[in-house]
Amino acid sequence: MAITLEEVRHIARLANLQFSEEELQAFIVQFSKILEHIEQLSQVDTQGVEPTYHAVAGKIDRENARSDVIHASFLQEKALMNAPESEEGQFRVPKVIR
Amino acid sequence: MGYPRLSIAEIREGLRRKQFSCVEITQQHLKRIEEADARLKAFLTVTPESARARAAVLDQALAAGEPLLPLTGVPIAIKDNICTQGVRTTCGSRILSNYVAPYSATAVERLEAAGAVIVGKTNCDEFGMGSSTENSAFGPSRNPFDLERVPGGSSGGSAVAVAAGEAVGAFGSDTGGSVRTPAAFCGVYGLKPTYGRVSRYGLVAYSSSLDTIGPLARSVADLAELLQVIAGHDPRDMTSHGSAPDRYTSGLDAALRNHRVGVPFSLIEEGVEAETRRAIHRALDALERAGCAVEEIALPHLANAIDTYYLIAPCEASSNLARYDGVKYGYRSEHFSNLGEMYQITRAGGFGAEVRRRIMLGTFALSSGYYDAYFLKASKVRTLLIQDFQAAFARVNTILIPTAPTPAFKIGEKTSDPLAMYLTDVFTVPANLVGIPALSVPAGYTPDNLPVAVQLLANQFHEKALLHVAWHLEQAFALKPAALAV
Repeated sequence: MAITLEEVRHIARLANLQFSEEELQAFIVQFSKILEHIEQLSQVDTQGVEPTYHAVAGKIDRENARSDVIHASFLQEKALMNAPESEEGQFRVPKVIR
Repeated sequence: MGYPRLSIAEIREGLRRKQFSCVEITQQHLKRIEEADARLKAFLTVTPESARARAAVLDQALAAGEPLLPLTGVPIAIKDNICTQGVRTTCGSRILSNYVAPYSATAVERLEAAGAVIVGKTNCDEFGMGSSTENSAFGPSRNPFDLERVPGGSSGGSAVAVAAGEAVGAFGSDTGGSVRTPAAFCGVYGLKPTYGRVSRYGLVAYSSSLDTIGPLARSVADLAELLQVIAGHDPRDMTSHGSAPDRYTSGLDAALRNHRVGVPFSLIEEGVEAETRRAIHRALDALERAGCAVEEIALPHLANAIDTYYLIAPCEASSNLARYDGVKYGYRSEHFSNLGEMYQITRAGGFGAEVRRRIMLGTFALSSGYYDAYFLKASKVRTLLIQDFQAAFARVNTILIPTAPTPAFKIGEKTSDPLAMYLTDVFTVPANLVGIPALSVPAGYTPDNLPVAVQLLANQFHEKALLHVAWHLEQAFALKPAALAV
């Protein structure tokens, strides 16, 4: 399937990504080639087949879930140690209210 | 060759007889890293101080009469997408280039509790997305057999470290072959465990329904010891399995009784290089001599596995990698005028081309209007693939296929053609989609002295059967120590 420039721009917006015009042109060629290969799946008969989202999921039972008890987690200091910007124990981001 | 090639059992025995200390073993491997890694580029971070300090503590414990632990004094390398507390954990990405993990993965905690000495963090394709390490933001690792060739990926640095004697064992992650392909290209053993056998806590997520942590080693016995330490239930990972692991290290040398090996002969001819096909036939001869029965099996949907994988993995990745936005950790661009732009410019500058491609592919396949045709369709084909393997495992105990269709390729050979790179994974992605364990076994060398390998697959939680068969192949092949370029 051929994908249009407008579609790629739309997907980039959804994914919070940016591409230069030059990157977009190269991207479209590779992307279309990959999609063309993937299209082969449409020929597989999946009538009445249930999807699988976890190959071992059926074997994960309630006994595996830990009991709902509060445990010590990260200290605030640790959670913030990699933040590009923090203030008063919180992550700091650019102003969003005008 | 003058590089360290001690086995875990030899280290244990040497420490017991006081032939050497943990500090000496550590020092020997750090020296090898210092001498060889400028050319090999297996490591992104080497941790000499903490390794020596840790070894000294272990020596003190031994001097005080404390017993040897399963991995006392064993130098281990960890892929840089597995969290190590207080140590930089970059995932091979610019976006995490300054990230220091505030906690350790469960696998790392278990290794340290078992006496292992972590010597550093290894290079990988960014977030595990690649088959060559060429997608690392910090440049590719080199194949120790030929420095102009890739080591395989994504856990390439881990495979190089083990092959070149920079560590005794290493850990990687395997989402679509990332432990097995580099193991095959570098002539070492690599195991992808059953999904849920090893905790994923602290493994940076790429594709959550496919990701696993697995060991790389120079012998089957070492591989079994490394798996033993990290296997088992972890309450911090909901998908880790509650059953007790087997005793992987015992009975490897027992005779193979009533063991049936299945081979999908018709599927391993086309597109597979002659040396790799010969390796399959050498392996079959060896297994027949060891008493196994060989039979042909059909895996009708194996040919669809690569397309299925390259939909499901990018879909899960596009969701998992949404967390990198320049707010909580990692790189943040300085050129933006509002919050939305900060996200976009940070992600555009922080992610490499392949990661952006997979995020785009996943976002597309999950988007309105395409979900049914792509993500849902792939998830249904995944069911058919699982059914294929269930039918095969009703008849055979293990399946033998190549690990990779070719030996290690040249650096730069496939970088301009993402699809050609994806097709490297044709024999490795099925095990991840089906959730089963798979082991890459070194099977010899090409006339150009490049390693070739075969791959064994078994049913879920049958790691022991894989190790058992691999041990017999190891004895039969009896490969000489490799002649390395470094």
